[in-house]
Amino acid sequence: MTALRPLISLQSVSRTYRADGVAVAAVRNVSFDIERGEIVAVMGPSGSGKSTLMNMIGLLDLPSEGALYLEGADVADLSEDRRSSLRARSIGFVFQSYNLLARHNAIENVALPLVYCGISRKERLARAEQSLEAVGMVHRAHHFPRQLSGGEQQRVAIARALIASPLIVLADEPTGALDSRTGAEILALFAALNRTGQTIVMITHDPGIATQCRRTIRLHDGELVADETLAPILPKRSAAP
Amino acid sequence: MTMLQGFQIALHALRLNPLRSILTMLGIVIGVASIVTVFAIGSGAQLRLQEQIRSIGANVLMINPGAVYQGGVRLKEGSKLTMTESDVQAILEQIPEIQAAAGSIAGTAQVIHESKNWNTTINGTTTGHFMVRDWQLATGRYFSGAEEAGAGKVVILGSTVARELFAPGDDPIGAQIRIMKVPLEVVGVLDRKGPAQDDVAFVPLTTAKLRFLGSASNINRDSVAYIIAKVAADGQMAGARTEIENLLRQRHRIPAGQEDDFKVQDPAAAMEAQQGAIRTVALLLVAIASVSLLVGGISIMNVMIVSVTERTREIGIRRALGGRMRDIRLQFLCEALVLCLLGGAIGVGAGVTLSMTVARMAGWITSIDGQAIGLALAFSIATGLIFGFYPAHKASKLSPIEALKTE
Repeated sequence: MTALRPLISLQSVSRTYRADGVAVAAVRNVSFDIERGEIVAVMGPSGSGKSTLMNMIGLLDLPSEGALYLEGADVADLSEDRRSSLRARSIGFVFQSYNLLARHNAIENVALPLVYCGISRKERLARAEQSLEAVGMVHRAHHFPRQLSGGEQQRVAIARALIASPLIVLADEPTGALDSRTGAEILALFAALNRTGQTIVMITHDPGIATQCRRTIRLHDGELVADETLAPILPKRSAAP
Repeated sequence: MTMLQGFQIALHALRLNPLRSILTMLGIVIGVASIVTVFAIGSGAQLRLQEQIRSIGANVLMINPGAVYQGGVRLKEGSKLTMTESDVQAILEQIPEIQAAAGSIAGTAQVIHESKNWNTTINGTTTGHFMVRDWQLATGRYFSGAEEAGAGKVVILGSTVARELFAPGDDPIGAQIRIMKVPLEVVGVLDRKGPAQDDVAFVPLTTAKLRFLGSASNINRDSVAYIIAKVAADGQMAGARTEIENLLRQRHRIPAGQEDDFKVQDPAAAMEAQQGAIRTVALLLVAIASVSLLVGGISIMNVMIVSVTERTREIGIRRALGGRMRDIRLQFLCEALVLCLLGGAIGVGAGVTLSMTVARMAGWITSIDGQAIGLALAFSIATGLIFGFYPAHKASKLSPIEALKTE
């Protein structure tokens, strides 16, 4: 039953913040679905609501209005603890600034989400090693983040995002802090992961990156202005501008 | 996340900042060390007193000489022996509540057996003394009537003296020892009563007066240094005391309004009062030591709050990667607990060392019991929980989105 539903479904989602007594709508009435195996770029200038959208898809934030369904379940019905557990098991975050724990080495950083899945240290480290292998970083397993280059740190962060075999990898400007060559390598890594069936949502303001994704969702002032799929293999989806 | 994982993360975090961790712990270390030390010294003092109370025997009254006037000059208490053997007789015969009574005179002398010698208290008394103090023999017999009447050359040894003068296998009974060149036959060895009590040799009162202590100017043929008397029942102590006072005033012809030349004391009651005082002082000191534990707790809270602020981004990362609020709370609570437990353990070690040093240097008896250690550790765990909770709670309440934005 669940398999037939979209992995993620946003229905008229709005998110309003109240700052200094003024209501600011960061995301307004956005609807779209993400299917399993897709790779989606979310584009838009800064302040367009990309990050707010990411936070909601990543279960760090809840819509003020509308509903967001993960595998058919309304995330607003889930408890804070349940959403945390889902983050550990079903969501893999990749950040622009890598966000590795500086005082832990690469393998410990990669294993971190499994701490919150109640998995033993031995198994955590074994799986972290596999995950590092997948991103070609196993030779740096015992290096600390400061001993790694930006590209290497991002690979470790991707290994961390993959360790729990998540439903979806959410990458927020994953190449934003990297030079173009390293950025291209990271993008190639994402593309390779997507070919194995990994669903990926990537925030970016770089059109060059977006063109490498089959589908691009454009936001402007919190509103969805375009939802384009390049190849005609997938059913075309569009939202009214 | 389990408790164990919490402790692992905590230990990892604390190892990264060893100096800060040690300084943070210091308050707890000092607090726990002082509590353990105060407890050890306090309960040592109580043990010593309890031993003394036990060694006196139950329901014992002690009559000591009081201050006396001599030609208008008020002399020091006990400087003149005002009590006599006939006072002892009168107390025994005329006061029905008194079961046993004995007068004593005492001094110190060297006791010699073959090549060994020992300096100890020589107490001249009657067999009644042992009855009053419920003091049983380990071996041998008490003085006979003939020996008491005729200044028999016999001695009953306290267990310490017996140990010092005789080799372990030797039977002291029947052996000859010498005190001030007078040969005496050992007729008995007493049971142990306590280290302070067992270092004594008893001779008949008559023997002591005639052969050892009689030459002292303030001893006449009849006088005794003090009297001890046993009252039949606990409830009769006050009554017996009044009766003794009345009887002795009458016998010593003390006019109404003039001070007694003797003092009747209830040593057990006095010591119990002293014990109460020790307990009060110890409690007061523990209370003061607890204040340093409180200060230690506050410094832990302070450092934890700083640490939470410093590690806001780490908290954000952990939350994004699936850490629940309670996992974050547990992590920081574990850090505070580890600080307090480590501090507590070091404090117990320091306290035990300190009280043993005090025991050796000052010669006090100290007693370290598991209860005091347990209490100190319980206190430090409580400190960790109380002062660690707020920072941990604060950390868990951070919004992961905001926390991830901080640098």
